[in-house]
Amino acid sequence: MRLLDWRVVAQLFVKASSLQRKRATLTVAAIAWGTVAIVMLLSFGEGLKIQLMKGRRGMGENIAVWWPDETSKVWQGLPEGRPIRPLMDDISYLRGRMTAASGVIGELTSWSSSLTYGTTTITGRVTGTNWEYGEIRHHFPQAGGRFFNVNDERDKRRVIFLGDELAEDIFGEVDPVGETMFVDRVPYLVIGVLQPKMQMGTYKGPDEGGSVIPITTFSAQFGQQRLTNIVFKTRTAEDMPLAREQFNQALAAKYRFDPTDEQVTGVWDTVEGARVMSNIMTGMQIFLGIIGVLTLLIGGIGVANIMYAVVKEKTREIGVQMALGARRGWVTGPFVLQGLSYTLVGGAMGLAIAVVIILLLGLIPVEGNQALEFLGKPTLSWQIAAATAAILGGIGILAGYFPARRAATVDPAETLRYE
Amino acid sequence: MNWPSKKKNIAESNGHIIDMRSITKVYDTGKIQVEALRGIDLKVRNGEFVAVVGPSGSGKSTLLNLLGCLDTPTGGEYRLSGEAVAGLDRDQLADIRNRRVGFVFQNFNLLPQLTALENVEMPLLFGGVGRRERRRRALARLDAVGLADRVEHRPTELSGGQMQRVAIARALAMEPDIVLADEPTGNLDTGSGTDVMGALQELWNQGSTLIVVTHDTALAGRANRMVEIRDGLVVEDSPTG
Repeated sequence: MRLLDWRVVAQLFVKASSLQRKRATLTVAAIAWGTVAIVMLLSFGEGLKIQLMKGRRGMGENIAVWWPDETSKVWQGLPEGRPIRPLMDDISYLRGRMTAASGVIGELTSWSSSLTYGTTTITGRVTGTNWEYGEIRHHFPQAGGRFFNVNDERDKRRVIFLGDELAEDIFGEVDPVGETMFVDRVPYLVIGVLQPKMQMGTYKGPDEGGSVIPITTFSAQFGQQRLTNIVFKTRTAEDMPLAREQFNQALAAKYRFDPTDEQVTGVWDTVEGARVMSNIMTGMQIFLGIIGVLTLLIGGIGVANIMYAVVKEKTREIGVQMALGARRGWVTGPFVLQGLSYTLVGGAMGLAIAVVIILLLGLIPVEGNQALEFLGKPTLSWQIAAATAAILGGIGILAGYFPARRAATVDPAETLRYE
Repeated sequence: MNWPSKKKNIAESNGHIIDMRSITKVYDTGKIQVEALRGIDLKVRNGEFVAVVGPSGSGKSTLLNLLGCLDTPTGGEYRLSGEAVAGLDRDQLADIRNRRVGFVFQNFNLLPQLTALENVEMPLLFGGVGRRERRRRALARLDAVGLADRVEHRPTELSGGQMQRVAIARALAMEPDIVLADEPTGNLDTGSGTDVMGALQELWNQGSTLIVVTHDTALAGRANRMVEIRDGLVVEDSPTG
């Protein structure tokens, strides 16, 4: 019986589908426009999200950064206000205690060293750190170069890895890898240059503007032992809270402070930051989606409006069909189908237009333009397509349903009365 | 012409296709209640040709709507071909209209965007008749009313008399138990009216049961029974000439 019902509805739909072309065209255009709006908004949101995630990863993933500070609580007879300043040898101690961390590194920093190549001398930042820094802090070398390794660190080799912008400032057109340069008049071999990367978080300035050498070499040249900061990394975001707890316990035991003293134990936890950002991005996408839905809704109201007019014009025909034995669902079904078909035709057109726009925007070069680089490229994901299709379908059904409901209330005896 | 024989079971009503007892109909407009029918008793046998006459506002159209199950009575009992109509839902009433009743209206009420053939096919579509069979039966009906050469014409391309003959063909498409006509000649000139009367008379001669509401004395004169309605009551019910 259901099968028969649908056949009847389909037949009536086919027979009734010649409509006022102008109104139908305008409505389809409104739906198409709404679809373009919603797809573009969501795609820009997606592009921005991808760029933000990429930028956030520029510094490294699942990392936390700790800086030395003073205690703020009295602990075991010791007063507050004591500075806690770990040494570079504490790194191996921390590695032994922090089972939840996949890496712990220390950093020593010289903020303004003179960096010389040939006749060029500029003042720049030099960081001495452990060789694992390359992976943890996403210092990936350009082709032809490398980051320093465990042997460089053990043998206190004078090798240096340059940020890409710093390299350009010192070397200009010359390929720095293999060249010798001077850090505060001490010669270093340049072994690698940083791959250009998008970086949104920094704690000493962008990586592109700094240079990195083995921590042992740094200590030998500058005579510094006390760490500027410690960075640790976990394999997954879920490991971070435990790693932080282990860090606090280990450091507190060694330097004798209250492990709950937040002035000392405070870290920059990028996992937490990522969660906040992810929430913000989701919120933004919902916001953009709502704007798109509202735009589409206006198109849907247009469709419903047309369908109401059609129902009104066809009241007598509906009455006749009912008199001839059409069930209610048979006369209302075609209106739902019509509303749905306008919406889907408009939606398909809008989606096609949006895809073309997105492809064209993809051709615009964004490198070098920071605003565009930040905005990223609009990206159409299957989730966006599915969400749009679902919204279109919902609006289409509603746009057909309410007019159809009016058609169902037609009283055949009333409409067939001769005026 | 060769109309199919009546095959539906009407034994329960002692041979009465129509069996109305104490039928009342009250229209409630919210402020006032209008009593359109105040207790109608009407029995119609298979093969009768009944003319329903009466002044405007007497309740003729209301009676016809109730007879055709377009509307349900407020009180009383109505059996159509032995089947009690009270308590049926809207879809069941639609099925009864489809299978048991054929309507002919004063203003034809053909669907303007459909051809004559498609108009006649419409009730067959609702009756679940297959595509081929639908076409075959509709063509036969149109042939029977002399419109075999007009099947692909739309209503606007037909004369009034032709449109009404299409409507008659449509009313008969599902081989109903009864044909109800509301002023079938009311919108036609004398010539076309005579045509349509001839077509209805032919139906009756072939064994159909007809109930016609009319002001047209010529049409009423062709019936074998005249029922006069006044103020919602049957005031006269007599065989004619």
